[in-house]
Amino acid sequence: MDYIGKSNLRVDAYAKVTGKALYTADMAPRDSYVAKVLHSTIANGEVVSMDVTEAKKIPGVIGVFTCFDVPDVEFPTAGHPWGLEPAHQDIADRKLLNKRVRLYGDDIAAVVAEDNVACDKALKLIKVEYKEYPVHTDARSMVQDKDAPLLHPNWRDDNVIAHTSFKSSPDFNYDEAKKKAIAEYGEDNLIEVVKNVKTPRISHSHIELPVSYAYVDANGKVTVVASTQIPHIGRRIIAQALNIPWGKVRVIKPYIGGGFGNKQDLLYEPLNAWLSVKCGGHPVILEISREETIVGTRTRHPMDGDVRGLATKDGKLLCRELVNYSTNGGYAAHGHSITAKCAGIFQNLYKNPLGVNSEAYTVWTNAPTSAAMRAYGVPQAVSFAETLTDDICFKGGFDPLKFRMDNLCDENLKAGGVEFYTYGLKKCLEIGAKKIGWDKKREEYKNQTGPIRRGVGMCCFIYQTAVAPIALETSSIRMILNQDGSMQLQTGATEIGQGADTVFTQIAAESTGITPDKIFIMSNQDTDVTPFDTGAYGSRQTYVAGNSIKECGKLFKQRICEYALTIEDEEKLQGKKVEDLDVCDNHIVDVKTKEQLVPLSKVALTGFYSFKHNQHITAEKTTDITTNTFASGCTFVDIEVDMPLGIINIKDIISVHDSGTIINPALATAQVHGGMSMSLGYGLSEELMLDPKTGKPYNDNLLDYKIPTAMDSPDFKVEFVEMKDPTGGYGNKALGEPPTVAPAVAIRNAVLNATGIGFNEFPLTAQRLVHEFKAQGLI
Amino acid sequence: MFDVSFIYEAKDVKDAIKKLVENENSEVISGGTDVLIRVREGKDAGMGLVSIHNIAELKGVKKDSDGSIIIGAGTSFHDIAYNEIIKECLPSLGEAVDTVGGPQVRETATIGGNICNGATSADSASTLVALQADIVLEGPNGERVVNIKDFYTGPGKTVRDRCEVCKCFKIKKENYENYYGYYFKYGKRKSLEIATLGCSVLVKLNASKDAIEDVKIAYGVAAPTPSRAYKAEEFVKGKKLDDKNLLDGFAELALSEMKPRDSWRASKEFREQLIKEMAKRSLVNSIRRAGGKIEYYV
Repeated sequence: MDYIGKSNLRVDAYAKVTGKALYTADMAPRDSYVAKVLHSTIANGEVVSMDVTEAKKIPGVIGVFTCFDVPDVEFPTAGHPWGLEPAHQDIADRKLLNKRVRLYGDDIAAVVAEDNVACDKALKLIKVEYKEYPVHTDARSMVQDKDAPLLHPNWRDDNVIAHTSFKSSPDFNYDEAKKKAIAEYGEDNLIEVVKNVKTPRISHSHIELPVSYAYVDANGKVTVVASTQIPHIGRRIIAQALNIPWGKVRVIKPYIGGGFGNKQDLLYEPLNAWLSVKCGGHPVILEISREETIVGTRTRHPMDGDVRGLATKDGKLLCRELVNYSTNGGYAAHGHSITAKCAGIFQNLYKNPLGVNSEAYTVWTNAPTSAAMRAYGVPQAVSFAETLTDDICFKGGFDPLKFRMDNLCDENLKAGGVEFYTYGLKKCLEIGAKKIGWDKKREEYKNQTGPIRRGVGMCCFIYQTAVAPIALETSSIRMILNQDGSMQLQTGATEIGQGADTVFTQIAAESTGITPDKIFIMSNQDTDVTPFDTGAYGSRQTYVAGNSIKECGKLFKQRICEYALTIEDEEKLQGKKVEDLDVCDNHIVDVKTKEQLVPLSKVALTGFYSFKHNQHITAEKTTDITTNTFASGCTFVDIEVDMPLGIINIKDIISVHDSGTIINPALATAQVHGGMSMSLGYGLSEELMLDPKTGKPYNDNLLDYKIPTAMDSPDFKVEFVEMKDPTGGYGNKALGEPPTVAPAVAIRNAVLNATGIGFNEFPLTAQRLVHEFKAQGLI
Repeated sequence: MFDVSFIYEAKDVKDAIKKLVENENSEVISGGTDVLIRVREGKDAGMGLVSIHNIAELKGVKKDSDGSIIIGAGTSFHDIAYNEIIKECLPSLGEAVDTVGGPQVRETATIGGNICNGATSADSASTLVALQADIVLEGPNGERVVNIKDFYTGPGKTVRDRCEVCKCFKIKKENYENYYGYYFKYGKRKSLEIATLGCSVLVKLNASKDAIEDVKIAYGVAAPTPSRAYKAEEFVKGKKLDDKNLLDGFAELALSEMKPRDSWRASKEFREQLIKEMAKRSLVNSIRRAGGKIEYYV
């Protein structure tokens, strides 16, 4: 392969490094009005009345719009493909502004003014009268309170969005399996771990805040320029929210400063569009603050799971159970899909000879809405599964590496239409263990005493590459030949900072024979121009759009070759057939000898301007992908715990990924670095905390919400096990999300190795460590 | 856009005082790293700002003929950290201010603002308290000098009047000469951080470097204002470095003098543990810098 596996420079490197790349806020017209949102100061209740008289008097205010003014339409916000059957559609449970307040900071009114200062002054003058209801911020307490007021009575008779049990067989029961195990092995020959694990509410913390501007163009089209991962889905959702035909909406996505799944929901874009309509179509910009982003957009689901596992004393894992309460916050957004994915990974990561039950509740609560965040429930899944494994190993005296080698799922795993077309998990473990010095360090770190101790830990995972067959996986690609033989490449799949445009360019080069420097990818999606793709989420794009680019490239090349044969007087093409030709290095070549026959520039120019046979060569291809392959991998870490201060110092850390063929090693490595850094936050410092009584956030800013800085990040080591996956366009599998799954839990397991204490609440903050070390008499 | 009614660039200190007196709803802005945050949060929205940012007399570090070190209130953290006089005479203060925020903030924020903001978490505060700094203020009624121990009146509150400009900090020779110090900032991450707890220790050893002649210890965030632990200081004075109870006794007494509280930012239990452990480690590091030998596991 000529262009796959090469560390090409990012196609947007120059634009981004020089600051020339335009982002949404850079593009808004200078005379745009500014919009700001009024947020509720209660977490559960109703807005009884609102007085905007004084607010409207502020000079510069164009309009004040309240929850009493918005269309009586509830719409869904999740960035999922639309379902033709109502059962597969997302829950439509929110209006543009809401009278029924479901979380502290809910959107209840908006001000449009000439500038933000006028907006702020007006917001302060809006008087709100509420009726208040009792508050439940977490899933378990909401489920337990049978008298809790319903948050969405149109949808459910209680506050549970969904409750599912994934079982190894329909009649599986953990307690029965345990009885069976006792009968077979004897109680003395079994090890059981029973515990509760809690995971944190995490903010995505992308650099660019959610921002959009909207206007109505001269032909009445509602146009929204937005920092979104999902422009085509965005068009549908905005149309649904405004109750107008989908074709009347146009969404444009410029460069975006990160999304991590937060921008896989439509956030304030529908409100922004409506405010512009209400202001006569004048451009209105709506950029929310970091505080509003942390509370009022989306978060990673906090989960609270009861976990049990049983193994024999010689290290055979028998059966497991997870009963998980997942806090979804005020609105459904992605509904049950994230908690269900968590349940599936818990179920399938290990072989469970006596069976498994993975049960999940997704619950509406008076808390920030949880939805997609990089790795979609799987960091939580391994927080349950992989801490359970290490606790069993600790109790049974097993080597966690050997235990995993014996009990992990194997290459035969087939689950919900997903399978390992290539299986590199155990190879990853071998490499990780060797690089960290597993055996030597496990020996070295035995029987430590004193306040400073060392430990090694590991964690592994499996990960679905795309979302098929649960959801549609479709992607359209358009290729256009320019006069000089270069190519315009248009995809609906989006660049969100992850390097998609660069990888797409490499794949297009590989499939067409046109060199990357002559491929011009259109980075800005415009739903009026760009072919359809559902956007950047899952770890789907290189797999789904990649396959589609490959197919489109074949078609494009075929059309170029067919046309070339129609050019008269082209000596070297005389007597050739299409199957004799290929395109390589911007030339039509002989497929066998690779002899250059005619430059593409000549073919293209002739096509454009020939009187005899005029043809503008283009290709467009829609590919829907029905396969889905498991990626996998692991993290190994070596740490030092300073117990009196509760500090974990990472001495060495390595992640090894089974992601098929790596298209661009430099970008892939950077992807893993970023994921590892995010996981450090999950493991050690990040958690959005709420006052349980009022639902008010404590730390809704980046001073008190602790993202790791560069100073906190050790030297991240990365390895790949490259096995060419037959279902990936060029052998590739998921890599976007997997890097952020394992590191946090590997660190937790290393703390267990170092101190003998297994922490079950993430993140492992210094305070939690100190509290437990004191309780155990270690300090 | 910030909601401020005016910004006035003062020519000198007297000009700034005049403007502050003339406009009741106005306040001093220097580096702006606290004031602009308050304006953004709406707390100081609509106020007039009198900038002392460009007043040359407020900037720089010098040594007086009597050996006192004078630090201009408008000197940025970066300029303090990299100043030769500071490196030679007050290295632990330079280290302390080099832990504030990130490089951009340290380039902008000033030591005067850090102290006048009144926060117990200010990274410069505990070391200035340990150094017993005098604070020179000038207002409509002229100049006055307040020792830092009398400066704070509560969280975010000081004796400084709205119309007073903080001009400089004076550290007397007897308060730094032959003292060796260490500032321990405990944060939840390694930069861009506000102190969960700050601890500053200054130690003077005897000539044979086997006993403590004098010690000063001051904390940030262990009480509503930056605070000295006098009993702990008295306890270790004269003690030999190999005294078995030196560190534990010092730490226990220091804790007894602080008022750590329970909050969502940190539990009382956690703060108490930090107060003790940081006292020990700061004392150990200071002693080692002074040339003394002391056993400890870090």
